[in-house]
Amino acid sequence: MIRHAISNLNGWLAILAIVISSSAGDVLLSRGMKQIGDLGKVRRKHGFNFVMMQILRNRYFLIGVACMAISFYSLLYGLSWNEVSLIGPAAASLTFVANAVAAKMFLHERVDRRRWAAALFVAAGVVLMAF
Amino acid sequence: MNSRKYLVLAGVSVFAPVGDSLLSYGMKQVGNISLKNIPDLLLAIANPWVGLGIILLLGFFASYMTALSWADLTYVLPASSLGYVLLALIARFALHEQISLMRWLGIALVSGGVGFVTSGPEVTRRPPPHLSTGGSVAAEQP
Repeated sequence: MIRHAISNLNGWLAILAIVISSSAGDVLLSRGMKQIGDLGKVRRKHGFNFVMMQILRNRYFLIGVACMAISFYSLLYGLSWNEVSLIGPAAASLTFVANAVAAKMFLHERVDRRRWAAALFVAAGVVLMAF
Repeated sequence: MNSRKYLVLAGVSVFAPVGDSLLSYGMKQVGNISLKNIPDLLLAIANPWVGLGIILLLGFFASYMTALSWADLTYVLPASSLGYVLLALIARFALHEQISLMRWLGIALVSGGVGFVTSGPEVTRRPPPHLSTGGSVAAEQP
């Protein structure tokens, strides 16, 4: 009973950590990649090494990767305590919604009704697919 | 959107769920890790399934970075969620697993969400830098 409660608590703590770090990472990576531009076009114009240098020197990319690493280890931590059928869908669906909010606030993306509907449909669908 | 961009989104869709599944399988072999033994998480990558999962997730990461360089985050994430549907269809038709009504409903919702977002533009159009008063992301330099 107590062990089950501890597993659940650790699982939800991991989900919270995944959602926060993953959303922060996504926003930072998106910002960094937008600064560099379409990677395919930049590679054709300047070469592969130039693209890699641009990415590796981008501070948003580096901080974003650090956030993703935190998210990854939070996922491993969560999976060691609870079922993937809880951790996976809960973290993924909450991240979809958190990302839509964060993209609107920090990236100033035009999140219209179509994109809100897409985020909510996918979030709900991911939860249902766990059953 | 051209075929190259659809291929990149397909890479994001396929690599992530397959990589996550391999990680889950590997972590079940590794066992519970308590807060007192956090460094054990670093050793978990020595498990071959966790290692293979990480390789696939690197493929996901490369595709994801490429997609984010030409599309909005709120476009890439829902559009690439088709991987969940793909996994369920593989389970049903290749592995002959039973799919519950709830899961079929989930597949329909995810597909609907993907349909919504892909029917719109992939990137937020911004005014050219000389017309913009605010700090547009596209106008900033690293």
